[in-house]
Amino acid sequence: MKYLCLVYLDEKRLDELPDEDCVAYDTEIRGSGYCLASEALQSVQTATTVRMRNGKLSVTDGPFAETKEQLAGFYMIEARDLNEAIQIAAKIPPARVGCIEVRPIRPIRETVAARLQQR
Amino acid sequence: MSEDGFRDMREIVDGIYRSESRRVFATLIRLLGDFDIAEEALHEAFRAALEQWPRDGVPANARAWLVSAGRFKAIDGLRRRARFDALDDYAEHAENIADDSAAPESEGIEDDRLRLVFICCHPALSPDAQVALTLREVCGLSTEEIAHAFLTAAPTVAQRIVRAKSKIRDAGIPYQVPAPEELPQRLESVLRVIYLVFNEGYSASSGETLTRHDLSGEAIRLARLLVELLPEPEAMGLLALMLLHESRRAARSSPTGDLILLDEQDRALWNRGHIEEGIALVERALPMRRPGAYCLQAAIAAVHADAPGMNATDWTEIVGLYELLAQAEPSPVVELNRAVAVAMRDGPAAGLALIDAILERGELSDYRLAHAARADLCRRLEKTAEARASYQRALALTRQGPERRFLERRLAQLKN
Repeated sequence: MKYLCLVYLDEKRLDELPDEDCVAYDTEIRGSGYCLASEALQSVQTATTVRMRNGKLSVTDGPFAETKEQLAGFYMIEARDLNEAIQIAAKIPPARVGCIEVRPIRPIRETVAARLQQR
Repeated sequence: MSEDGFRDMREIVDGIYRSESRRVFATLIRLLGDFDIAEEALHEAFRAALEQWPRDGVPANARAWLVSAGRFKAIDGLRRRARFDALDDYAEHAENIADDSAAPESEGIEDDRLRLVFICCHPALSPDAQVALTLREVCGLSTEEIAHAFLTAAPTVAQRIVRAKSKIRDAGIPYQVPAPEELPQRLESVLRVIYLVFNEGYSASSGETLTRHDLSGEAIRLARLLVELLPEPEAMGLLALMLLHESRRAARSSPTGDLILLDEQDRALWNRGHIEEGIALVERALPMRRPGAYCLQAAIAAVHADAPGMNATDWTEIVGLYELLAQAEPSPVVELNRAVAVAMRDGPAAGLALIDAILERGELSDYRLAHAARADLCRRLEKTAEARASYQRALALTRQGPERRFLERRLAQLKN
């Protein structure tokens, strides 16, 4: 079986958790063979919500998913910039009935590696 | 240089700052890839101008000089910071900019301003942030001026701008004029921001002064820039619409700041220059494509502007334009306006029946102008009790001083 482990937290408490700890665990679990993919996300303030209604694209700031909407899947995409990411997200079929929240990935491994290099 | 000479130079530089700083800034953002670095570079460039121009004279192409000075100062600053902080990020950024062979001079300056407009009005930013960022970065208003105009606290506006800039950076919003297939939606967002700024200036949603002239002026300037850079029919329609509204500014309030409705306005006070420009734009935009909402609203305003008086207005034409508008952009407010036009064409009873049908659906039950319009038609039909009830409902919903006084006046007249 494959499982998706979703991470929820209050962003104000992010400081209590050093990036180094997360990257160390990431290296360990990837080495163990259990982990297929893992990424940290940028702050929720960078979120953009994309909807398609009657063939018309709607783009709004923020993660405005309604409470009656549940997480149903994910796509990790590579795009040139947010405009291209929005165009791709708009074509995902559930965008027609629900919405697609587009969140940029935070390069946590690169940040930690750069910090280690400086020491 | 003599003291007088220095003062003259200061004035010359100030003048160039007013006319060129936003263009220079727009190009610096493209070259430096960051709002804050570009802002700093802009100030460095003008500081350098104040030092060097008194000695060497004002360069023939001041704008190109400023862009190139700003760019060098920024690269210099990043290199210094890289050495001081020993951070590869800065060093890499500085070398990328320095290597950039893109001609930093005059080429593409107008495109840069268009890019700036589109990034500030990006739909992935919150509507409040789009307005604040556009006024700050494209129009060059200070945070305090924006806060004052929108009756918000300056720290709130400042925070909105900071957040918007971090989202642009962290979410990867590109500094680009949208591709043709994205253009309609992206243009819609730009036009909405401009119209919002205009309306905030034309009819402040709260407060004592009916018009906040500066904001309307900024919106018209923005729309002129947009039409010049991107002559799309809806952009022309919006500019025309704003000019036609603006033409009535002197006639729409009394010297004491009281509201004067269209039928009581002194049409001699209307600004003919604005009207002619607005009508010419409508005539240019209408045949270009199936007309959109701004073009149609401008066409309606043009019919009013062309008429010598309320009774001499072509109400049949106006009713027809509202019908087209209701198709292009269905909304109960458009239906309400159509009902008022029908009342002018066919008499108040016909209009009242339509308004009552709209109010019955409930969407406009808290919309002050729907009740004010209903009250007015009841007054003309001498249904005094119904008129009073509707004026009172409108009065309870309004937040504007001049509007409140107008409604109170009408109520008092009813009692007599």
